[in-house]
Amino acid sequence: MVRAVRSLFPQWSVPAFFAMALSFVPGAAWAADPAPTPTPQVHKIADMFQPLSKPAELILEPSHLVLLISLAIFLVVVGVLVYVLFKFRPHGPADLLVEPPQIYGSYNIEMAWTVIPCLIVFVLILVTTRSIVEIQDAKIEEDALTIRLVGHQWWWEIHYPELGIVTANEIHVPVSERNGKRRQTHIILESADVIHSFWVPQLAGKTDLVPNRVNHTWIEPFKTGIFLGNCAEYCGTQHANMLLRVIVQEPEDFEKWVANQKQPPAEPRAELAVQGRKDFYALACINCHMVNGTMAEGVFGPDLTKFAVRQTLGAGVAPNTPEHLRKWLHDPDHYKEGSYMPDMKLSPAQLDSLVAYLETLK
Amino acid sequence: MSTQTETLADWKLPCQRKLGMFTLIAAESALFAIFVVAYLFYMGKNLNGPYPSEVLHFPWLGSIALFSSSATIWLAERCLHSGNKPGFGLWWGFTIALGAYFIYFTADEWRHLIFEKDLTIATNLFGTTFYSLVGLHAFHVIVGLCLLTGVLVADLRGRLHKDHTPHVEAISYYWHFVDCIWIVVLTVVYIISVRIPQ
Amino acid sequence: MAQEIAIDANYRMPEPVRVGEETGSSTAWIQNLIFTVDHKKLGLMYIGAALLFFAIAGVLAALMRIQLAFPDNRFLSPDVFNESFTMHGTTMVFLVGMPLAFGFANYLVPLMIGARDMAFPRLNAFGFWVFFFSGLFLYFSYFGAPGLYAAGSAPDVGWFAYSPLTMKAFSRGHSTDYWTLSLMLGGIASIATAVNILVTIVCMRCPGMTLGRMPIFVWCMLVLAFLVILAVPCLSACQIMITLDRYIGAKFFDTQAGGDAVLWQHFFWIFGHPEVYILVMPAFAITSEIIPVFSRKPIFGYPMMVAAVVAIAFLSLGVWAHHMFCVGMISLANAFFVTSTLLIAIPTGLKIFNWLATLYGGKLRYELPLVFCLGFLFQFLVSGLTGVMLAVAPFDWQLSDSYFVVAHFHYVLIGGLLFTIFGGIYYWFPKAFGKMPDHKLGMWHFWLFAIGFNLTFMPQHFLGFLGMPRRIYTYQSDRGWDELNLISTIGVLFQAVGILFFAYNLLYSWFRGRKAGDDPWDAWTLEWATTSPPADYNFSKTPVVKSRRPLWDAKHPDDPDWAHE
Ligand code: HEA
Ligand code: HEA
Ligand code: HEC
Ligand code: CUA
Ligand SMILES: [Cu+2]
Repeated sequence: MVRAVRSLFPQWSVPAFFAMALSFVPGAAWAADPAPTPTPQVHKIADMFQPLSKPAELILEPSHLVLLISLAIFLVVVGVLVYVLFKFRPHGPADLLVEPPQIYGSYNIEMAWTVIPCLIVFVLILVTTRSIVEIQDAKIEEDALTIRLVGHQWWWEIHYPELGIVTANEIHVPVSERNGKRRQTHIILESADVIHSFWVPQLAGKTDLVPNRVNHTWIEPFKTGIFLGNCAEYCGTQHANMLLRVIVQEPEDFEKWVANQKQPPAEPRAELAVQGRKDFYALACINCHMVNGTMAEGVFGPDLTKFAVRQTLGAGVAPNTPEHLRKWLHDPDHYKEGSYMPDMKLSPAQLDSLVAYLETLK
Repeated sequence: MSTQTETLADWKLPCQRKLGMFTLIAAESALFAIFVVAYLFYMGKNLNGPYPSEVLHFPWLGSIALFSSSATIWLAERCLHSGNKPGFGLWWGFTIALGAYFIYFTADEWRHLIFEKDLTIATNLFGTTFYSLVGLHAFHVIVGLCLLTGVLVADLRGRLHKDHTPHVEAISYYWHFVDCIWIVVLTVVYIISVRIPQ
Repeated sequence: MAQEIAIDANYRMPEPVRVGEETGSSTAWIQNLIFTVDHKKLGLMYIGAALLFFAIAGVLAALMRIQLAFPDNRFLSPDVFNESFTMHGTTMVFLVGMPLAFGFANYLVPLMIGARDMAFPRLNAFGFWVFFFSGLFLYFSYFGAPGLYAAGSAPDVGWFAYSPLTMKAFSRGHSTDYWTLSLMLGGIASIATAVNILVTIVCMRCPGMTLGRMPIFVWCMLVLAFLVILAVPCLSACQIMITLDRYIGAKFFDTQAGGDAVLWQHFFWIFGHPEVYILVMPAFAITSEIIPVFSRKPIFGYPMMVAAVVAIAFLSLGVWAHHMFCVGMISLANAFFVTSTLLIAIPTGLKIFNWLATLYGGKLRYELPLVFCLGFLFQFLVSGLTGVMLAVAPFDWQLSDSYFVVAHFHYVLIGGLLFTIFGGIYYWFPKAFGKMPDHKLGMWHFWLFAIGFNLTFMPQHFLGFLGMPRRIYTYQSDRGWDELNLISTIGVLFQAVGILFFAYNLLYSWFRGRKAGDDPWDAWTLEWATTSPPADYNFSKTPVVKSRRPLWDAKHPDDPDWAHE
């Protein structure tokens, strides 16, 4: 709680909303912790009011405006309401014997409270429209990094068409402003089955991944770190565990990652890993999974070419450690009930060897 | 408003049955609107044939039958109002015959499309939207025919009273509505979509 | 006194229709329940059935909240959770919200316009039973949907069932078919009832009850019927399309064959958005009756209040795509729907201000109905303002499909609709049963429910700000969502206890309540002119009205309303 509140507080608009909200939830004490927030490497709290990238930051302006207007309207209306409820409360039973003056309406007053909201609405429409155009129709730079993101039930397929890289669930992008140069990232959104939605609150608002349709969005992160997001459109059983992380790196680190991704994985050396590869080929794994430079060419499941480089497995359900991986292969449903990775009924020996092999994929 | 004196004689409200029919027609129009929009939206988006321009022929006979049935039902109603009972039965029967011919015509068209042109509802988007739209209309014609037949049977058995005039009128409104829908369907399906290049 | 309003002896009204009525035997009541075509009984049956479904859907909600109370909780499996929110949402919208509206309309509209029954009593009974059957059918999916394939249970596609998730490829078994067919049936029932309400209002008003003199309640119901007649057929069309797709291989939403997933969204929300205004209409209706009576003043600005509901109805037909800001429409379309959506704030604001003006200068009586309506004013204001935030498309790109939206619509649906329904039940309880509801129990109900409700849904706004998507059955503990979710779950406990107080109050007052008399609140509309409970034929003689407040005229012959209108 404290952390959540702390992460909210530097923004003036959010406490404003709190005030609006709490003014009629008496008794809830929301103590503010004034200590400054240390910026963690992993931005675990995906607070939309702490944007660290371009479109998310642009969204703040209309958001603040509408929050402020709402707060003002709320305070005025509630103020009047509370005043009326107090002022015209019953003053004893005798008071009720006489009816108050009967007022049927007033044209002028009603005009006033029609026209004022009209003006407010007019301003909101203009600001919103400008902001829509600014974000949605923003020019995509020539040198932007292009990523093609394909949604699957319930994981993300990630292509870097210009770089020839295919990976899953974790997007690497370079930070935008470095050495006086901007580097935009252009994301093309598609879906292989049902509708999903790309949402990393600190980077950008949502855009859906719709089958049979191509959508676009873009980001320009100005801070490095790991940003968490979710699939935001209900897409079936494991919608909850269709997590996404965006890893924003210094350009040099990003280039290193790219260079590594382009290499096929090294040949396994250790005996167990060699055995693991044999098992991998022998079992049905290769029907669904791809490992570049080998006979595994399946496309139904995530590409495993550089699997060991990834931080999580199963679209973020668990950290990618040998123990978790072993459990995952043993019983994917333990982490992700109903996911399309089948329980392959592996023996302990097969589990050991497969884990050893998969750990070499870096 | 100042004081008004109302006498009960002035207090006239619309006929319930007719208004009921009008609201039902409004609801039906909304239903049809969605199917028409679906047809227009998917026009020219087929991934495979057959295409409208290849298989559809303008349904002259069916349309003439249906449109003239609107006229005959109007004549029947006029007879009813003027107390011409035999005339009513005659024109009403004519209407039913014309409607039935329309259904026969449509059935024959479908037979042709399904068995000779291999177009079913599952063939492509055209098949889907065509059969659902035209089928929905045909379904309404059939419902209308049932209502018309009911009235005719009542009439032949001498059970049709003066009190039933609003019922008869409401049914004829429904029939006119079904006709109007056919104008829309005709325009969208047989005039516009056959001119859309694939 | 009540019967003394002008009456014309010559005006003859049709006798109410009775079918298969029986007395004497011990099972007569059940037979009368089944065969009745009396609008009052059907109205109460609608409300009773809706409250029953509310309890069921509320229990489903409570189960979901328990699952979400802690991170990585394993109380419900993902499938059960997904079925729960689908059934919860579908039930609340189609089996609670709409039937409540129809129940109130059925019971009150004929009484308020001085009629003896609805225009088509048999159609009315038909509507009720088809609705009731559609509800049973939906819940039968728990047993029936596994079918021969044993592949499914209750529907789990969400209450707006986005395609292609509903297509055979992604939804096996029969669960989606139960959803589809149930809503198709429900749609037929709703249209039948709406036609009935509309015709009743237009064609059955007692002499003198011009459109300009109808209570605002009746106006709202007229608008509601109008919206149902235009919007619900779109839903039926959607259901026909899915059924064709699923059963005979049509391609409407088959994305493999070039079908468009977004088309479903357009079709659904063309229905879905007017639907939410259908749901809120009873709230407007009931508030507009209760506030004047308990502040002892006529409604402020009657013509504008009527104009506002009509404007809201028309505007609501053109805003649907504000549910679709994230699907990638062109910016012009987005801007258009932002504009139309924001325009709705103007007539809605007018309504809020006019209610305030009605309270202003009155002599407030803090009875149960008014207390609930005041809760409504607060909460509806919050939800309206969060709605405006959602309407600002760029902000919606962040907020859409997050818990902020969940908070927004529960603030309208509970804070708005349900609060006024409770208020309305307390207000008309004396009319329907001749007994007064218990004030003290009612206040317990109010405070427990109000506190619980705000405790549950206020934190959800912040969950949305912190990036929590809706419809997730679990979450990890390091995202900053833990405490807010726990608070939210605790709130449900208060709500449930509040509901128990409500149920107890109804039973207690029914058996033990103080006798009410015909007009316990000293109110002004025609339903208070007859006995409590009203006789089968409502009015022994047809009333004739001369103003919007016929009973005010009768009680204040020296200063009647028609002199001012
Ligand atoms: C009873 C139901 C009801 C009502 C009345 C409303 C009212 C409104 N709703 Fe809401 N809404 C829902 C039920 C309702 N909604 C539901 C169920 C959903 C989610 C469906 C789902 O996804 O499952 C939803 C979702 C929803 C969305 C989509 C969110 C998303 O999924 O991305 C949007 C976006 O624009 C929205 C906007 C509005 C607006 C602008 C109003 C306006 O009508 C509010 C107007 C009121 C006011 C503004 C307050 C009073 C006005 C004043 C005091 C005047 C001054 C004010 C100004 C000048 C601003 N609603
Ligand atoms: C009228 C509409 C309505 C109402 C009243 C409610 C009432 C409640 N809703 Fe609902 N809700 C919706 C309409 C409504 N909801 C809709 C449309 C959705 C979207 C669905 C979707 O995404 O598809 C939704 C979704 C929804 C979610 C989001 C699920 C998700 O996205 O994952 C949540 C989560 O907290 C929730 C909670 C609640 C709670 C706690 C209540 C509480 O107020 C309930 C209080 C009632 C009780 C606690 C029952 C008390 C009864 C008794 C005590 C009697 C005991 C009886 C027996 C033993 C038989 N609702
Ligand atoms: C029927 C197809 C299928 C088969 C066979 C299959 N998988 Fe998978 N696998 C998947 C899918 C689908 C996922 C993604 C699951 C998710 O995240 O929802 C997946 C995920 C994984 C992951 C996690 C990937 C990541 O990036 O998070 C690993 C590791 C994995 N599979 C290994 C294997 C191994 C080893 C085998 C063989 C023993 C195998 N899979 C067999 C379909 C399959
Ligand atoms: Cu993918 Cu939700
Ligand atoms: Cu809406």
